Amino acid sequence: MSTATETKRPERKAPAGERVADWADGRLGIYSLAKANMRKIFPDHWSFMLGEICLYSFVIIILTGVYLTLFFTPSMNEIVYHGSYVPMQGVRMSEAYASTLEISFDVRGGLLIRQIHHWAALIFVAAMMVHMMRVFFTGAFRKPREVNWLFGFLLLFLGMFTGFTGYSLPDDLLSGTGVRFMQGAILAVPVVGTYISMFLFGGEFPGHDFVSRFYSIHILLLPGIMLGLLVGHLILVVYHKHTQYAGPGRTEKNVVGMPLLPVYMAKAGGFFFLVFGIIAVVSAVATLNPIWALGPYRVDQVSTGAQPDWYMGFAEGLIRVMPGWEINAWGHTLALGVLIPLIAFPLVLGAIGVYPFIESWVTGDKREHHILDRPRNAPTRTAFGVAWLTAYFIMLIGGGNDIVATHFNLSINAITWFVRIFFFAGPVIAFIVTKRICLGLQRRDRDKVLHGRESGIIKRLPHGEFVEVHEPLSQGELYRLTAHEQYKPIEIGPTVDKNGVERKVSLVKKTQAKLSQSFYGEGNQIPKPTAEEYKEITSGHGHH
Amino acid sequence: MKKLSARRRHPLAAVVVLLLALAATGGLYAAFAPADKAQAEETSQSLAIEEGKKLYTVGCASCHGTGGEGTTDGPSLVGVGSASVDFQVGTGRMPAQQPGAQVPKKKVIYSQAEIDQLAAYVASLGAGPITPTEDQYSPKGADVAKGGDLFRTNCAQCHNFTGKGGALTDGKYAPTLEGVSNKHLYEAMQTGPQNMPSFPDGVMPEKEKKEIIAYVETMNDPDKASSPGGLTLGGLGPVSEGLFAWIFGLGALIATAVWVAAHTAKAKKS
Amino acid sequence: MSSQDIPEENLPAEQGTAHGAAGHGGTAVAQRVDEDPFHDPGLPAHKPRIQDIDERAAQRSERTVALFFTLSMLSTVAFIACFVAFPVDKLVYIWPFGRVSALNFSLGWTLGGALFFIGAGAVHWARTLMSDEEVADERHPIEASPEVKAKVLADFAAGNEESGFGRRKLIRNTMFGAMALVPLTGVVLLRDLGPLPERKLRVTLWAKGKQLINMNTHEPLRPEDITVGSLVFAMPEGLKDDSHDFQKEIGKAALMIVRIRPDDIKDKRELEWSHEGIVAFSKICTHVGCPISLYEQQTHHVLCPCHQSTFDLSDGARVIFGPAGHPLPQLRIGVNAEGNLEALGDFDEPVGASFWERG
Repeated sequence: MSTATETKRPERKAPAGERVADWADGRLGIYSLAKANMRKIFPDHWSFMLGEICLYSFVIIILTGVYLTLFFTPSMNEIVYHGSYVPMQGVRMSEAYASTLEISFDVRGGLLIRQIHHWAALIFVAAMMVHMMRVFFTGAFRKPREVNWLFGFLLLFLGMFTGFTGYSLPDDLLSGTGVRFMQGAILAVPVVGTYISMFLFGGEFPGHDFVSRFYSIHILLLPGIMLGLLVGHLILVVYHKHTQYAGPGRTEKNVVGMPLLPVYMAKAGGFFFLVFGIIAVVSAVATLNPIWALGPYRVDQVSTGAQPDWYMGFAEGLIRVMPGWEINAWGHTLALGVLIPLIAFPLVLGAIGVYPFIESWVTGDKREHHILDRPRNAPTRTAFGVAWLTAYFIMLIGGGNDIVATHFNLSINAITWFVRIFFFAGPVIAFIVTKRICLGLQRRDRDKVLHGRESGIIKRLPHGEFVEVHEPLSQGELYRLTAHEQYKPIEIGPTVDKNGVERKVSLVKKTQAKLSQSFYGEGNQIPKPTAEEYKEITSGHGHH
Repeated sequence: MKKLSARRRHPLAAVVVLLLALAATGGLYAAFAPADKAQAEETSQSLAIEEGKKLYTVGCASCHGTGGEGTTDGPSLVGVGSASVDFQVGTGRMPAQQPGAQVPKKKVIYSQAEIDQLAAYVASLGAGPITPTEDQYSPKGADVAKGGDLFRTNCAQCHNFTGKGGALTDGKYAPTLEGVSNKHLYEAMQTGPQNMPSFPDGVMPEKEKKEIIAYVETMNDPDKASSPGGLTLGGLGPVSEGLFAWIFGLGALIATAVWVAAHTAKAKKS
Repeated sequence: MSSQDIPEENLPAEQGTAHGAAGHGGTAVAQRVDEDPFHDPGLPAHKPRIQDIDERAAQRSERTVALFFTLSMLSTVAFIACFVAFPVDKLVYIWPFGRVSALNFSLGWTLGGALFFIGAGAVHWARTLMSDEEVADERHPIEASPEVKAKVLADFAAGNEESGFGRRKLIRNTMFGAMALVPLTGVVLLRDLGPLPERKLRVTLWAKGKQLINMNTHEPLRPEDITVGSLVFAMPEGLKDDSHDFQKEIGKAALMIVRIRPDDIKDKRELEWSHEGIVAFSKICTHVGCPISLYEQQTHHVLCPCHQSTFDLSDGARVIFGPAGHPLPQLRIGVNAEGNLEALGDFDEPVGASFWERG
């Protein structure tokens, strides 16, 4: 037997799949890759699947979007419609609008795909918001995941604009009104506004270019960037390994869950089909953006209830409730009524985007965190998040003030004033209330740990007193409720040393210490029970 | 009962109590909410026996003056024409129940014959738009697409793309056009009720009014209107679509995620 | 800020419980178990599911999974059948959805089923038949070890030294200059995206003698057609809605025409520029340019449906509510020899949204 036959024989015996894998390994090194990842552990929790909803709806949007490009004509050439939708026959419209009508009425299944594409887009941005809130409230953005937080934040931001450009493509009366708003907002930009507007629209509004320009932005530029960010986001998720909630056996040094192969292959893979299936059914039962009922865009026509898609609703609110301030001086106009909302829009979003960096500066904590916080255990962060959501939600009301007015029999002016006041007051109230609730919950946890769970069973003692029986917690529950860390606030110490010489403390440090006090100082978190306290209470008698 | 009290500390207990409380409040509200329907019917019976000017004296004169000259409570009716009366009374807006930002559409309390008598009386006070005949407002043969274009130029700004209505200033609103008869649509355009501007024949000829009626009918008549894509969600546009996406779309997806991630039931005894 | 700046006590306290460190000092946990009532009991023992101990239950699960996959196959077949069977324009009434497209409705449900049941099968399979034993995987610090870091820094220094990048400043600076300038080529290329603004936003098609054309009838408007309380929109004579520039021009020239009793007009100039109370205002909102036309004939307020700017047409179209910054421009009108309404000039200010050069 020669060595040649020896090496050949096992090859011949290997099954086909293995031979293919061998071939690939020789060129791509897949075995090493698989060794690290095939049995990768993912923790099981529904809130960890919110990101998957985003991912899958993005994939669905790309699949359906490619289909739509096969039929859509991104052109603003005007034609007279002679297609099959009777109430539009003979109406002048752009080819973009006409081809969208064709997709809706003449392409079999075209309407379904269009609706899947649009529903998936609405759900995509909604899921990103919810996913971001999950990450925010559980503190999953802490080291080492700050970069991934930024990737996610950028995806949300770009997602909003990808949605907006897509919404504008059919060139219908509703989306055209949105584009008109955008042009008006651009004009408000000092110095260069008119130039940007002329360049973007190829001349005066609406021109004959914006659909084709938005088209390449919508199908190529923005999704391309998003795809890159998305891949980076996923690579980092795998590289960092997933965070997990506190619980027995779960530490900062491990990740507890089920392996990728087979469980998560089936669960996550299956979930893609579930998401796609549900969105398909939603698209079968509910229409959205029925552009045939809206009519083609005409600069001089409009409909009441002109709103952008929901994710731009808070920006719409900012614009609607802003007072009409305008400064005219030295032959120039500064349209503050438009400019301030335009600046506030990224600032409001950015507030939540930069929070993780502020928190890490305040704590000064440089360690990695893989165990998630329960929102109550980070009262200031949770209160900030709720305050931000409150501001966001109030602006959504502002953005839909006309619909709110007609459906609750209110005056549009009253709603606008409500939003103007509560955009500022609401978050403050929400912050205070949320913080109190968090502290209350912390106290309850503390009591639970020290005294056990209230069982609801009332016992009468021999001398007539009624008491409620408290059941002691299991060891796992005790651990879970006390697993969180508590920061101590930063102390600057005396500003004058013992020799009476003034010690210089920079303003930055003072601010840091102040913030730290308000985050972790007395009254801003409830000290968790110590072992001594617990022993003292439990060594006595059972119930109280 | 023991079972119940043992569960009162259950995490879901608060939710159950809240739901019960909400249901109770709603029930109480429904029971005690003012029932204005009965009142209106009563008035209708007491008025049904009157005629012409008598009808006017009883039902309208207190606000519009004994000779239709108008008072601080109601505008003059001289020159408003029979079409106005037919619209206002025929849609139940008049007689108005109470002052407010806008007089809403209500149950009609006069019969068509009585409305005609009232209209004849008001028309005699001064010339104005005349109640249209059927061949004036019937949309038969009118160009729907042209109507759609006219609708978007003249009507959609207040009544929304498909006539679902919308908000105006200070609590006023443009009502929905669903269920409004073709005659009333025509009269509204002709006379401009309340804050609605009028579209007299000089600026919008009869043919164009017909086309608009044809469009409104196509979009709203239950026998003609279609929504190929499914539920219209009120035809309100992105606000209701966004709510639907959040509640039913994302809601269903999250419910599914809970199922996917939940631990499978364990065998009771291993 | 470096970690040295942080006072030690700021970091999570190693409080009496010795528990704060449980995560970080894993090995220490064991010895402290006795004294720490809150110690980590470790992963609970795995409890089997019914399917793990009862083969019949497992077989039931298997059949359920297979049923799901079969339903998916049937749905796909049904999808194709519906695609072939229903004409694209067939409408059917289905409660509570209304008169919907038979094709859209059936394709959506069957596609949904075909996809959903694959997912449901896979997930049910994973949940009931694949191992559900939770296992722990070690984490490793993301940061490199000090040795690795030292090696990288040394390599970088060597590379830097060999290139002379730090030393030869002339090369470095000119390279930065070149890199900074080259993107300008791209910026310059964007120049032809559109024309310069010039006076484009200041002029409209209106000019002295141009008749006001009714947007509905395309006939010249006559004063007697316009009654108090009526509303009509006008465009300038000569503009055709099939012309190439129609959208651009109507976007500036669109007019809203109402008649107000001269006594009710509070603004002197407005009355002067009207024709017997017939006033012509720009239909383009001065906020961001929506066509504003929600005219309330009793209050003479006009509301913008986009952002609720409210103007008082009886008072020079003054802004009385909302985000618009200045009144709607008014067009001065009169009557020509034929008795038709005509413009007496262009607007005396730019229409639509404010812009920097507006002044």
